Amino acid sequence: MYQALFFLFAASAVGFAINLLIQRHPIHSALSLIGVMGSLASLYLMLGAEFLAVVQVIVYAGAVMVLFVFVIMLLNADKEEPSDRSKMAKYLGLPLLFLLLAMITVVIYRQFPEDAMVQFGDFPGQTAAIGRLLFRDFLLPFEVISILILIAIIGAIVLAKKEP
Amino acid sequence: MLSEYFSAVDFLLLKPAILLTIFGIGVMLTDLLLDERQKYFNAVTALVGIGFAAVQMLRIQSQMREAGVSEVEAFRGAIVLDGLGIFFIWLFLISTAITILISFRYLEIENEHHGEYYAILLFATVGMIFLAIGMDLITLFVGLELMVLSIYILAGFLRGDRRSNEAAMKYLLLGAFSSGILLYGMSLLYGMSNSTNLRVIGSALSQRPLGDPLVIMAVVTIAAGLFFKIGAVPFHQWLPDVYEGAPHSVAAFMSVGPKVAAFALLLRLFLVPLGELREQWEPLLIGVAVATMTLGNLAAISQSNIKRMLGYSAISHVGYILLGLVAGNETGLKGIVIYLLVYVFMNLGIFTVVVAMRRRDLVGDEINDMAGLMHKSPVMAILSLIFLLSLAGIPPTAGFLGKYFIFLSLLETGHYTLAVIAVLYVAVAIYYYFRIVVVMFMQPPADQELPSMSLGIRCALGVTAAMTLFMGLYPEPFIQLATGPVLAILR
Repeated sequence: MYQALFFLFAASAVGFAINLLIQRHPIHSALSLIGVMGSLASLYLMLGAEFLAVVQVIVYAGAVMVLFVFVIMLLNADKEEPSDRSKMAKYLGLPLLFLLLAMITVVIYRQFPEDAMVQFGDFPGQTAAIGRLLFRDFLLPFEVISILILIAIIGAIVLAKKEP
Repeated sequence: MLSEYFSAVDFLLLKPAILLTIFGIGVMLTDLLLDERQKYFNAVTALVGIGFAAVQMLRIQSQMREAGVSEVEAFRGAIVLDGLGIFFIWLFLISTAITILISFRYLEIENEHHGEYYAILLFATVGMIFLAIGMDLITLFVGLELMVLSIYILAGFLRGDRRSNEAAMKYLLLGAFSSGILLYGMSLLYGMSNSTNLRVIGSALSQRPLGDPLVIMAVVTIAAGLFFKIGAVPFHQWLPDVYEGAPHSVAAFMSVGPKVAAFALLLRLFLVPLGELREQWEPLLIGVAVATMTLGNLAAISQSNIKRMLGYSAISHVGYILLGLVAGNETGLKGIVIYLLVYVFMNLGIFTVVVAMRRRDLVGDEINDMAGLMHKSPVMAILSLIFLLSLAGIPPTAGFLGKYFIFLSLLETGHYTLAVIAVLYVAVAIYYYFRIVVVMFMQPPADQELPSMSLGIRCALGVTAAMTLFMGLYPEPFIQLATGPVLAILR
């Protein structure tokens, strides 16, 4: 049961991701991205990381994607024409990608041939545990991220504001 | 003392970063009160902020001396201030201060004199400080992103200039990609050790069998991410484009502060957690170092844009510094530390000259724009000569000192072929650096407009030239200076 669910969501995440790349219309790509995030959230939930799953849905699938869709609609973005990619990227890109994936798979299988699959609720993903990590062990990076976000805001304003 | 999770030591070590942040926010607030003619006040505020952070560093150092400790740990090991960290923080403060000095007049000419520029510079310095003292993967990564995010914005600061927009976009996309690869490697390290602390990861990795594919994968992905950040071949393509398109003063900053910070990260990651795996990454490093020197030096020959040429020359310097890590003995590490110190001053010096070439109606980034500089401003021409001599590594200047230790370490560890290759490329470097000298001294001026001088540019030229000459003529105190950081690495 667990395995069936895992493969269902994993396959749908990969499928949506591929669809995101194939679609020519930005709104279709954006909708596929929501599919990717939804499937990922389900995977997190199955691993017992309920906090991460909820955040994934609220922040990414909710807030960020709504903004994306709004912007696409406001800009009235149309179908994209395929650009002239280099020949090398066109013919070598996919085979090389699969080669890399195959290599990683082989390494992981060689390393952990006997390991069983991760089981439901294996990780301490409870909100309390995350809070403790965030405000005790990783207090410093957590605080530094506030400057990071400040810079992002300033940057957006500096680069986008109208000339006086 | 303050609480269970936040002690007085934590606060003390954070103070320089906190002060820089406060002044960064302060610059943006006071910027609102200033009209167009008073914008220079922003630069002054930012400089005062750096002064405060520097005083705080001095106080931390004197407290450490009084307590008789050579390293202080804070935030449960997330940051460690040791000799190496202190050295790098001082380099960052100096390079940011000199960048502020040369930016002021330049931004006025470009008509983009906003307070945010100085604020972002200060925030980038905060990020670099965390790269220098971080001992924890997450702290290091947040510091790295803080730094590069600031530079993405600074690179695109000239909004009306297409080349600046292109540079920002290119750097953003490739930078995000390389951060992703680096993060993937970090996640593998975490997976193998169940800790984000570099020292714990180091002892966990040393337990694993030799040639473990998972370790190799982690080393390769981390190396790829880091090589991108320092601009080593084959991850260098962004560098000349971004240097060319970014505002002159930002290109000057990028070529020193963030590059040194990326080296700080590289030294930490390669020597603390991956230090035991030297046999695994040494061949990789040799290949990359030789390729970097080759491509950097050969591609620099054919450039006509001086910022592009300096971009390729920066790539070649990365190759030399990596050779110090290949040797890896005490002399080699000393060579890296001295090279970085010297590099900051000589590179900022030559970039200051480039910034001064930006005049009212001239972008000033072609080598030919420097024609006849000897007639227009003899002092500046002679100072450029000193910087170029130093970049090439000719004896009476500081550049020789850095290269000397790198070559010496290669000979000591028996890398004779590498030493020969490195010396040969110095000859190539002399050729392309002297092309600029020939243009400056031999050719008649193409136009009559003098280089744009300001108090800031004069100060920056004075400091960088004095240091470049002084370190070359009287190297003893600077070699002494390098022992602290080296001891910190070797411990």
